[in-house]
Amino acid sequence: MLVRYLSQIGKYFLMLKEVFNKPTKWSVMRGLIFKEIDDLVIDSLGIVAFISFFVGGVVAIQTALNLTNPLIPKYLIGFATRQSVILEFAPTFISIIMAGKMGSFITSSIGTMRVTEQIDALEVMGVNSLNYLVFPKIIALLLYPFVIGIAMFLGILGGWMAGVYGGFTSSVEFIQGIQTEFIPFHIAYAFIKTIMFALILATIPSFHGYYMKGGALEVGKASTVAFVWTSVIIILVNYILTQLLLTN
Amino acid sequence: MIEVKNVEKSFGESKVLKGITTTFETGKTNLIIGQSGSGKTVLLKSLLGIFTPDVGTISFDGRIYSDLTSDEKRELRTEIGMVFQGSALFDSMTVEENVGFPLKMFTTKSAAEIRDRVNVVIQRVNLVDANHKKPSEISGGMQKRVAIARAIVNNPKYLFCDEPNSGLDPKTAIVIDNLIMEITQEYNITTVINTHDMNSVMEIGEKIIFLKNGILAWEGTKKDIFKTDNEAIVDFVYSSNLFKKIRKAQNKDL
Ligand SMILES: Nc1ncnc2c1ncn2[C@@H]1O[C@H](COP(=O)(O)OP(=O)(O)OP(=O)(O)O)[C@@H](O)[C@H]1O
Ligand SMILES: [Mg+2]
Repeated sequence: MLVRYLSQIGKYFLMLKEVFNKPTKWSVMRGLIFKEIDDLVIDSLGIVAFISFFVGGVVAIQTALNLTNPLIPKYLIGFATRQSVILEFAPTFISIIMAGKMGSFITSSIGTMRVTEQIDALEVMGVNSLNYLVFPKIIALLLYPFVIGIAMFLGILGGWMAGVYGGFTSSVEFIQGIQTEFIPFHIAYAFIKTIMFALILATIPSFHGYYMKGGALEVGKASTVAFVWTSVIIILVNYILTQLLLTN
Repeated sequence: MIEVKNVEKSFGESKVLKGITTTFETGKTNLIIGQSGSGKTVLLKSLLGIFTPDVGTISFDGRIYSDLTSDEKRELRTEIGMVFQGSALFDSMTVEENVGFPLKMFTTKSAAEIRDRVNVVIQRVNLVDANHKKPSEISGGMQKRVAIARAIVNNPKYLFCDEPNSGLDPKTAIVIDNLIMEITQEYNITTVINTHDMNSVMEIGEKIIFLKNGILAWEGTKKDIFKTDNEAIVDFVYSSNLFKKIRKAQNKDL
């Protein structure tokens, strides 16, 4: 069991090495990158915006409802919303959702190419299929921090709207809360996490699609397995980075 | 000419290819036949370099594959065209883009030159009105034609086809077989075809090797196949009732 996991991990890193080997012609690669930006990044904006806005609102309402003690200042609603959205909700929670959305798309599209011999066709022609398929996804997901930036903004906006229009706080108090004890490093921490998650989102689903065996049914199974592993790794990396960057 | 010398290949305990030695000739359609599981695909993939033989050598007009540097291997691969069993067309691309793909990847041709060449081969395989369609929008027979067009677009010296007519009706299958044979002769290509279809054998079997359990059990031409006394091949050929009837009829004539 352990040996199997270790050999999978080894295989994963060998795959990464091969991704950066023997690059595809730039004129072809450019088109691939734009296509991935469209499929992975642009296509996710809608759902990310929707979820962020409403979850931001819920965070604000929950905080407000828990502040029953009149001695606790109202600006804490804005403060709590900002902290939870920027530190955890936008980078981690959205990435788990993206593990489902982008991840299953990546695994199933690469997996389908595997079972229909399209990957063999690339290799036989002399194309480095890993570079051809995975590299543009990694590059496209360099834009992932922008997605998370949007999620942060809309999450806080959602919190503000829910707080103000729900009658839980005033706009002034909320904005005061957003600015309270602002630590710039928290933003850096959030984006360091985001970049790591972007790499995980691009490569782990690719790994499961690329090395899958079997037919159409197995493509579905591989997508599920890839989602589980991508989420697990995101959660573990989140824990490790938080331990490393925020404690001491 | 492709020379195969004493090629062996095992997966774990099971030996799939057992000392295969043969040659595939230039300008001819060379057929690998045998029952399901006899090792045809493994042999073809070994020729293509997708599998590496455990022992033995494969040489392409004198170039021994295992002795080539990785650059030379890549170079050789651009001389190879392959038609996969399921066509393996890129489903995100149109027919035209599929056919032009090897040119776009491996030549410095301009977009206009690529378009011209693509149109030539698309006409050569008799595809009409399909240039801008996606593979999912055309029939299986048309997909095979696209796959053949893509395989020959970069003027390959070697053409490999894994069961090119599986899943096609007998009439279309013969059309596809003949197309491959014509192209082979026209461009003097070394063509290797994997099949278990006796119709193909009778149509285009210029050189046939017969695999049984990973052993090369017989080789010859389509004419030889009815004269041989080799039990294994007789058994394989006459497992089809159609051919049993033909043989009976022939025996009556004699
Ligand atoms: N990648 C692989 N790993 C392990 N065993 C394999 C692999 N590929 C093929 N084999 C085994 O090799 C044997 C020959 O398989 P092969 O695919 O060459 O048969 P085939 O003659 O092409 O059959 P078919 O006509 O059904 O395509 C089979 O027993 C198969 O299980
Ligand atoms: Mg086969």
